[in-house]
Amino acid sequence: MTIDTQPRAVLDPEPQSLRETTRNARRRERFSKGMTFLLFGTVMAAIVPLVTLLTIVVVNGWPAINGEFFTQVEPLSYRDRGGGYLHGIVGTLYMTGIATLISAPLGLGAAVYLNERPGRYANIVRFFTDVMTGVPSVFVGLAVYALIVSGSGGFGLGFGTLAGAIALSIIMLPIVVRSSEEMLRLVPADLKAASYGLGARQWQTTFRVTLPAAAPGLTTGAILAVARGAGETAPLIMTALGARQVVTQLTGAPQSDVGLLMLGGFRQPFDAGIERAWAGGFTLIAIVLILSIVARAIARRSQL
Amino acid sequence: MEQQTVTEDHAPTSAASTMDQRPGLHVDIGQRRRAQHNEVHITLKDVTVKYGTFTAVRGVSLEVPRKEITALIGPSGCGKSTLLRTLNRMNDLVPTASVAGSVRYNGEDIYDADVDPVEVRRRIGMVFQKPNPFPKSIYDNVAFGPRLNGVKRELDDIVEKSLRRAALWDEVKDKLGQSGLSLSGGQQQRLCIARAIAVDPDVILMDEPCSALDPIATLRIEELMREMTSDYTIVIVTHNMQQAARVSDRTAFFTVDVDNPQQERSGVLVEVDDTETIFTQASDERTEAYITGRFG
Ligand SMILES: Nc1ncnc2c1ncn2[C@@H]1O[C@H](COP(=O)(O)OP(=O)(O)O)[C@@H](O)[C@H]1O
Ligand SMILES: [Mg+2]
Repeated sequence: MTIDTQPRAVLDPEPQSLRETTRNARRRERFSKGMTFLLFGTVMAAIVPLVTLLTIVVVNGWPAINGEFFTQVEPLSYRDRGGGYLHGIVGTLYMTGIATLISAPLGLGAAVYLNERPGRYANIVRFFTDVMTGVPSVFVGLAVYALIVSGSGGFGLGFGTLAGAIALSIIMLPIVVRSSEEMLRLVPADLKAASYGLGARQWQTTFRVTLPAAAPGLTTGAILAVARGAGETAPLIMTALGARQVVTQLTGAPQSDVGLLMLGGFRQPFDAGIERAWAGGFTLIAIVLILSIVARAIARRSQL
Repeated sequence: MEQQTVTEDHAPTSAASTMDQRPGLHVDIGQRRRAQHNEVHITLKDVTVKYGTFTAVRGVSLEVPRKEITALIGPSGCGKSTLLRTLNRMNDLVPTASVAGSVRYNGEDIYDADVDPVEVRRRIGMVFQKPNPFPKSIYDNVAFGPRLNGVKRELDDIVEKSLRRAALWDEVKDKLGQSGLSLSGGQQQRLCIARAIAVDPDVILMDEPCSALDPIATLRIEELMREMTSDYTIVIVTHNMQQAARVSDRTAFFTVDVDNPQQERSGVLVEVDDTETIFTQASDERTEAYITGRFG
């Protein structure tokens, strides 16, 4: 290779035009259109199932929704019209509420640990959290049954609200941990440095700076976990078991759940029961959607 | 430990004669600079700071006089910030950082095993390069430090005094409940100074406190710093030569040195002297080259 010492202008007197050749421009345009179409297709593929699902639930569920649905329990026979899912709704809210009380503080604590004490142990905890996210929820129910519900695990708690809530909290826990960890990680190092610079100890920095700064994001994560828990049915089959009346006890009596009632309704070939099941589906989806929207709204208010 | 009085070997060299005819480079803002230096407040002896195996700054010996402003200047990466953070053990927060040598504050080695780094930071406060108020109200920002120490009753007083001391009171007294983030950059930095003052330290470290500010806000902070010397010892890192010349009593010039046996790059202290002397008759040619803009 030789080094060109000539001034460039001498070798290349004709400056090249900035304009594209027509052929190039056309090809570029065709490529762009094709890609846009393809990407639009993938968006549709993602949205269509969701929209379809919502439509079906609304179309089928809405007509069966009425005041009675929220204020009465289901009649004894799936053939009978009328009645509602009051006991299921109570059970679902009750168990999800207790599961939240269990999983939110535990999950937040774990997230603070992961964030403040990075290292080998944190990595191990993180790994198990990830594994927990992938465990089939029906298996969580089975495990809770074996360990806590049945006498063989040593607890013999029996079917009921608490057993169901424990199963749900196991589903929710890894979601809370991972979302909280992400949120805590977003807190600027600047702020923590300011706190330490003022003579704050690590726990003071955590409680007075890191957690408040991350609060909106933490709330969002917790709500998304609640939405997930509220929609779960499988882990409740072997823990809550189901009930035909409103149950307020923590333990000692099987608890009802919207998902379990739907399961019962759909499994019988009677229109009345199936209609109520659709209404139950509508109710569940509404709860989950509202929670998700609230979560998004809080997330948007975040200052980070 | 009692406060040390001036002794021959602790008093930094003085340059009284040059004080009154300072050259045009210097803009006098505030009180006259001291010809005679005060007693030593912080003494560094042979301080070396490493990040893992990388030596960021090596063999620094330096004396910081009480209630004066000491400026650390030098090209980027020469370890000014690192050294500054060494003075209040902020480097403890960097897991890989290690400090050798001794840093004495009022004669006590702050790296002694039984010294509580948190106590060090309460006495030696810090203001950062980027204004970093908490996303809390102006009041809560200033009250943060005192609250850590359980102060409850005199809080209003402390907040007002600190804001006054930081020359911010008049601008914010009617909106103490507003977010600290709603202030302008210069105000935010003064809020950070007020926040540091509220803990009642006697040394304040400032790492390029004006680099994110406009010239007018910068001037206000510089004026404030001059006023603060009546109560505080200030160590400021700046890469703004004029700023060092304007505000500081003593200037330490650092550079990056590659001449050590391991052929590593690390920061070293070239010289430290009265600001006057450094800017008019530096004894090291590297200092002069840097100051006159020939490198760095
Ligand atoms: N936390 C850190 N971990 C590793 N190296 C660092 C860290 N902070 C600074 N350094 C290195 O130490 C040297 C000095 O940095 P610094 O003190 O920030 O210099 P200055 O403030 O003079 O620009 C630089 O080479 C920088 O890359
Ligand atoms: Mg720096």
